Amino acid sequence: MRTVGVLALQGAFVEHIAALRKLGAETREIRLPEQLEGLDALVIPGGESTTIGKLLVTFNLLKELKNLARRGVPMFGTCAGMIVLARDTTQGYDQPLIGAMDIVVQRNGFGRQVDSFELDLPIPKLGEAPFRAIFIRAPYIEKLGEQVEAIAQLPDGRVVCARQENLLVSAFHPELTEDLRLHEYFLSMVPEH
Amino acid sequence: MEKATWTVKTGLAAMLKGGVIMDVVTAEHAKIAEAAGAVAVMALERVPADIRAAGGVARMSDPQLIQEIMDAVSIPVMAKCRIGHFVEAQLLEAMGIDYVDESEVLTPADEAHHVDKHSFNIPFVCGARDLGEALRRIAEGAAMIRTKGEAGTGNIVEAVRHMRAMMSAIRRVQGMAREELMAEAKAMGAPYELLREVAETGKLPVVNFAAGGVATPADAALMMQLGADGIFVGSGIFKSENPEVRARAIVMATTHYDNPSILVEVSKGLGAAMPGIEIGTIRKEELMASRGW
Repeated sequence: MRTVGVLALQGAFVEHIAALRKLGAETREIRLPEQLEGLDALVIPGGESTTIGKLLVTFNLLKELKNLARRGVPMFGTCAGMIVLARDTTQGYDQPLIGAMDIVVQRNGFGRQVDSFELDLPIPKLGEAPFRAIFIRAPYIEKLGEQVEAIAQLPDGRVVCARQENLLVSAFHPELTEDLRLHEYFLSMVPEH
Repeated sequence: MEKATWTVKTGLAAMLKGGVIMDVVTAEHAKIAEAAGAVAVMALERVPADIRAAGGVARMSDPQLIQEIMDAVSIPVMAKCRIGHFVEAQLLEAMGIDYVDESEVLTPADEAHHVDKHSFNIPFVCGARDLGEALRRIAEGAAMIRTKGEAGTGNIVEAVRHMRAMMSAIRRVQGMAREELMAEAKAMGAPYELLREVAETGKLPVVNFAAGGVATPADAALMMQLGADGIFVGSGIFKSENPEVRARAIVMATTHYDNPSILVEVSKGLGAAMPGIEIGTIRKEELMASRGW
């Protein structure tokens, strides 16, 4: 049985927990460093990236999560989680980031809430059926490092889902849909033991 | 590509869960709130305590002030329109505000009708005192609910009353037979289909925050333990002695609402909380929670 931690400082962590449980994973809410013991993987949910970043620092989680990422523990960041995993933001905001993934993201990349949207997104890795992707004040990936693989792009070419070895990110919210394929893909990155 | 869908509207509220939304009256306040870890700010001219003190008619804030606050922070910005004042809501939509609070804190513009929120592209949050009121607002298109509490008092008692009323009604309807649900829908003035959904899922169909009277980290944690998805703080921060420290403490308390030892730490040395008002001393016609229906 694999235990997946879900960062529960703020945001839509309950939805991720529900999706992971449907796929048979053990889950654990993470709010403090001691809760990281023995985790096989970690999900960083959507929420407000500035809030999550500050709480990571306050509760001494930032350094621990940097170490986990470096050790190769699989991590999946959605929306705010993608921002927190990124090396930097284009706007150069002064906000704490885990910074493990070689991507630069544009925060609020599509505008304010009135510009939030959903669409059927082709994700070839997940099969032929498109994925109903929900973008809420979402970021997108502006720059990808050499080791980063683009997994999904919008019709205009903007990258909204990517993987770098043990790290997976999406700008949209799979946890707000009933489609479990992206969570399933993430769990396939987590070794059984 | 589809915009302004129900999923997109309720989705933003879902992202705010476990967070604190703070009332701010200047761009400088907004930056303090963002730095303290607020998930969103509510832009307004006066905090509820000052609205209460000033009396007279309270209206939507000056768009210029709202714009300054929108320009100052990267987190979502909300703003209030009067109950039933759909033109104020249209103005806020035209400005690209992230969420409209159709709020009893302002003087109602319509005593019989709330705004038809389905006809807007931006999402709305509305106050409610019980399950019936919450479901009426959701039926009108509110994508997020908050307790009304009694704003500007620094007194948590009304928010507790409203949250308990909602949670207790949700537990009660879960055990009801179909025919009982119809009678209950009639009694509480709630749309039957929504009530049936609540009975089946055991929760409101949208996110439910606590608002109205939160003044301390313990108040925030109390509301979270009673089942709130997150916290609005109005006057409680910027009417206190040390807003920066108190704002941070309330954010931390909302995350660790079920961890008393952390709540002790974050509650230390915050300086004076806002002065509170005993609800019984407020004249009945000045109670904000009884505005709207």
